[in-house]
Amino acid sequence: MAEASTSDTARPVIARESLVLNERPMSWVTNRICGIVENRQPFLWWVLFVPCVMLMGVLGYCLAYLVATGVGVWGNNHPVGWGWAITNFVFWIGIGHAGTLISAILFLTRQKWRTSVNRAAEAMTLFAVICAGIFPAIHVGRFWMVWFLAPVPNANGIWQNFKSPLLWDVFAVSTYFTVSVIFWYVGLIPDLATLRDRAKRGIRKAAYGFFALGWRGGNRQWRHYEMAYLLLAALSTPLVLSVHSVVSFDFATSIVPGWHTTIFPPYFVAGAIFGGFAMVLTLMIPARKIYGLQDLITPKHIDNMAKIILLTGTIVGYAYIMELFISWYGGNKYEQAAFANRTGGYYSWAYVCMFTCNVIVPQLFWFRYCRHNLWIVMAVCMCVNAGMWFERFVIIVTSIAQDFLPGAWDFYHPSWVEIWTFVGTFGLFLGLFLLFIRFFPVIAMSEIKGVLPKSDPHYLPPGTFTHDAEGREIDNDGEQ
Amino acid sequence: MRDAGFKRWDVHSPFPIHGLDSAMGLSKSSLSWFVFIGGATGTLTAFLLQFITQVVIYPTYVQDKPASITTLPAFFPVMFELTVLFAAFTALFGSMILNRLPRWNHPLFVSEQFTRFSDDAFFLCIEARDPQFSKEETKALLKKMGGTNIELIEDEI
Repeated sequence: MAEASTSDTARPVIARESLVLNERPMSWVTNRICGIVENRQPFLWWVLFVPCVMLMGVLGYCLAYLVATGVGVWGNNHPVGWGWAITNFVFWIGIGHAGTLISAILFLTRQKWRTSVNRAAEAMTLFAVICAGIFPAIHVGRFWMVWFLAPVPNANGIWQNFKSPLLWDVFAVSTYFTVSVIFWYVGLIPDLATLRDRAKRGIRKAAYGFFALGWRGGNRQWRHYEMAYLLLAALSTPLVLSVHSVVSFDFATSIVPGWHTTIFPPYFVAGAIFGGFAMVLTLMIPARKIYGLQDLITPKHIDNMAKIILLTGTIVGYAYIMELFISWYGGNKYEQAAFANRTGGYYSWAYVCMFTCNVIVPQLFWFRYCRHNLWIVMAVCMCVNAGMWFERFVIIVTSIAQDFLPGAWDFYHPSWVEIWTFVGTFGLFLGLFLLFIRFFPVIAMSEIKGVLPKSDPHYLPPGTFTHDAEGREIDNDGEQ
Repeated sequence: MRDAGFKRWDVHSPFPIHGLDSAMGLSKSSLSWFVFIGGATGTLTAFLLQFITQVVIYPTYVQDKPASITTLPAFFPVMFELTVLFAAFTALFGSMILNRLPRWNHPLFVSEQFTRFSDDAFFLCIEARDPQFSKEETKALLKKMGGTNIELIEDEI
């Protein structure tokens, strides 16, 4: 142990992997990240963006067709009143959770590696919540009545039922979106100032300047800014846990067999983080390659996220098995029948997809080789993305397709409108993300600079001597 | 700087420097108090919104649940959400007010080299409003402390 500290720069005994590789200076960070916004986009950007715009058009057409015609164009029936619409809603809202987890919970727990990925993950949160918000709004059928969700009385002076989880959901999701926007924007202010200071042209300088609010990076400003950021992180942490808990209340507070369980809130939150991290990696692995950000989003970052996927995936697997156990152990014959139908009934193929993709495939991440081979990481993340969608489909459709009375049973198949609406939201999601890359700094520059070794007040440039090693004073201490 | 008795000065850096608050003699930000008050307002707003609409104005009976204070637990989720919402807005606008932002026309922006604060440069700014300020002595002091690129910025405030 002792000989490790006798080197000339007095490195810590246990060396940590650096968060930014190749000892890049601060100006390199600025140039590389601002360059993405300031230079022309690579050809691949357009190759991806044009289909996304087309899919947005498809989404718009499907929504217009639905509103103009009625929900009969979907495959919903009685008893399956919640088909793909709510499946997609829960799927997208869950994806958003990883962004908030990275930005808020990892901030509070002082996980410095979050700085490379939090900005893009927060943007992903916003776009996922936008996609999610479409579905509850349109599934009400008469879209023009959607204002009934807002806390204002209707024409008869009747107010909303605030005891309903569906109304809690309205408040939870809208609060989540608003607070995520605030958190994201507050984080952006110093970086917008960087873009402003580099901009030469009029509109660009004016636009970034406007949103940078005249940020000057004075320590008297940083003091309040950091407190605001800390408080927003502290507020977002319980918020993100509450949102998916409230979403799960939509199911758990009902008496439908297969929904009526107390395990739902933690199980939904773990699943949301699980699916969200898979989506973060799905977006970030290609992005770091295309834009040359390998020194900022390092194998260590991907390794850490893969470990979180492994952890949350295993929690989800535990929840699946516990659900089965409780349905048997609880002795309720309706619950038993619901889970027999889920695992061995008409939709059992979906259950198999879910279990394989979410529980079995992520176990590959126990192996270091699999966490460091990007092709394997991408493949696993794609499985998780699909598996988490199947999880929501399994939970929603199998439970209500066959509930209490066999006479009321019916099966559900999506129509083309539902399928293309869902595909269209992917276009919206990726299109918004590409626009985000085009106009905003994808990586939080000010935070990256804060975790560089040079920003440590005790940092010494390589080659200088310390007191301990040589017993000499350092005379090039430039500060104060 | 602090020991020299200056009051109106600041350190501009591309990232927050931890430990500088105590070096500059600044106390903890008071923002948390505002946010606490904002959050409490949110809790109260949500409670009143739900209690008044469900119990007072239009007693709402759904699934035989009573329209009274006994259904308080069912009001908790919305109370929680509005607490977070109000507190977050207070954090945003509170920090803007405490930082005197937005302010797009600060004299510092006249300086060409100051734009590097957001890249990789560190600046120390002493305002002429400071009672200790004098053109020559302050410049000499900055020079003595090892400052480089010292510049006098003259502009209307």
